[in-house]
Amino acid sequence: MAKKVALLQGNEACAQGALYAGCTFFGGYPITPSTEVAEVLSIELPKIGGKFIQMEDEIGAMASVIGASLTGAKVLTATSGPGVSLKQELIGYACIAEVPCVIINVMRGGPSTGMPTGPGQSDVQQAKWGTHGDHAAIALVPSSCQEIFSETVRAFNLAEKYRMPVQVLYDEIVGHSRERIEFPEPGDLEVIDREAPSVSPEKYKPFDPSFGDVPPLAAFGTDYRFHVTGLNKAADGFPTTKANLVDDEQRRQVRKVDAATDIESNEEYLTEDAEVIIFAYGSTSRSARYAVNEMRKEGIKVGLFRPITLWPFPEKRIAALAKQAKAIVVAEMNLGQMVLEVERVAKGACQISFLGRVDGDPINPGQIMEKVKEVK
Amino acid sequence: MAFDYDKYLRPGKLPHIWCPGCGHGIAMKGLIRAIDACGLEKNNTAIVSGIGCASRLPGYVDFNTLHTAHGRGAAFATGVKMAKPEMTVIVVGGDGDGTAIGGNHFIHACRRNIDMTYVIFNNSIYGMTGGQFSPCTPTGALASTTVYGNPDPTFDISKLAIGAGATFVARTTSFHATQIDKLIVEGIQHKGMAVIEVLDDCPTTYGRRNKFRSVIDMMKKLKDNAVPVAAAAKMTAEQLEGKFLTGVLFKEERPEYTEQYAKVIAKAKGA
Repeated sequence: MAKKVALLQGNEACAQGALYAGCTFFGGYPITPSTEVAEVLSIELPKIGGKFIQMEDEIGAMASVIGASLTGAKVLTATSGPGVSLKQELIGYACIAEVPCVIINVMRGGPSTGMPTGPGQSDVQQAKWGTHGDHAAIALVPSSCQEIFSETVRAFNLAEKYRMPVQVLYDEIVGHSRERIEFPEPGDLEVIDREAPSVSPEKYKPFDPSFGDVPPLAAFGTDYRFHVTGLNKAADGFPTTKANLVDDEQRRQVRKVDAATDIESNEEYLTEDAEVIIFAYGSTSRSARYAVNEMRKEGIKVGLFRPITLWPFPEKRIAALAKQAKAIVVAEMNLGQMVLEVERVAKGACQISFLGRVDGDPINPGQIMEKVKEVK
Repeated sequence: MAFDYDKYLRPGKLPHIWCPGCGHGIAMKGLIRAIDACGLEKNNTAIVSGIGCASRLPGYVDFNTLHTAHGRGAAFATGVKMAKPEMTVIVVGGDGDGTAIGGNHFIHACRRNIDMTYVIFNNSIYGMTGGQFSPCTPTGALASTTVYGNPDPTFDISKLAIGAGATFVARTTSFHATQIDKLIVEGIQHKGMAVIEVLDDCPTTYGRRNKFRSVIDMMKKLKDNAVPVAAAAKMTAEQLEGKFLTGVLFKEERPEYTEQYAKVIAKAKGA
């Protein structure tokens, strides 16, 4: 049977991906350029008995999804830079309390109100370091309508599997472009649900490390009563200031992502023999791919490394490419954010060149070709 | 037979953090008696709080408990209630938590008339951080950040709740201990947003600075200034000067939020 196809906006694909993943709760607040995600889910969620709530502000939206997730629901919120800034407080809460949730950030310029209808890629370091304190972070950066669908599904899977907030960041261009999308049939994409406790309610501890680095999470309203707090806590979920217990918990929560091997996801295009590698993500990667094709016609050995998982950063692969290539050109719509990671990981093994743009227009292939030819 | 509080307290979690003379313990006992009187099932009850002295309550009681971030209790609770409307959801917290940093969540929970019971412990001070003035600190009072006297006007929490749309609003004090559970019972049984303001005292950070010589003096102030709603009806404005009303201040029937949303679901499903 032919797959169902449609012409969809990126934000609409995000909403459809969430439904495919089993999302039953959306809490949000209107903000350009992400609002279509909320609009679609306000229509679709009640059809399946799910819940949509427009909260009084961005913080309330984040709070509502965490509360709903603790009852066992798969939850989503969607926003943009100013909203993500407000949500940081409770993204940290979801980190320490280990509550699965997915946060969509349709990136515009900034800081502050910036350019609400223009694209940006300047929240990418915020996705890692935005909330205070040490914590693990997972951030995905799809670059097309189809990929927004599949990466939204993957974001839910990772949130459920690793019991933590997962951010999906895509720039306004990808969010608002209309493209052909082929809908996966049920079963085509993996859908993961959080692990339920296997012990009796009396023995259940919400942060029990004897079950590994990701302890099973019970749901409110079942036989498992438990306590959740944003304070440093022991395995039983209750606050503690005992140094060894705090240290154990803090390290476990970071280790669960550091030690994972199924979070990283990259696409490489003609990198095998490449002397210059372009590092680009989101809509910029599509300009970069065009530039690679054009330059290959001229005989220039250039390739594209496109991270789909931005955090955790693909350290090993970038380190290897830095040894292989003469130069890595980092192109992103900011004034130098992921280039810092590339430099850190490359450890001087090759030249790193940076192309940034923050004027509200996309980085075009011509700019990338110019930059590549400069380092050549 | 004496009431068995232990049935609802988590073993090993006491002593609580509250200072001697603090009214929060009295309010917590009232809440526990009310839960018992309503026959709530532990597994089906969530108690949610923000940050502050009062917000430590959920750690002590044996329910689904959620100690959130400063001011966010009502917003987390809204998520819990929306996702699982069959649960009984109770929010607890202080005056600073609920009406300053959490004011927006508080008024919008009232406006939605979502079925939860919000017990707000109003000791008119930020106690945990050492006695800074809150939106409920009396004008002129001394706090660690108003050593020249508080220049700010005060919130009347109950009026705020009524104005914002809560459909059950009541007030009592930690002196009127037996009234606490009676009002909370009514709040829990009411369909919609119920706000129960419990006026109490912080002898450590408020009383000492404001020349209360003892906890008894503070309790006496609560006792002397409380006027039951029925009695107030027979008093003149002059007689009511400096007093506050206690009892059920407001009650009305209005569609409840999760029931309204159930209609949205029915409509979306093409019913």
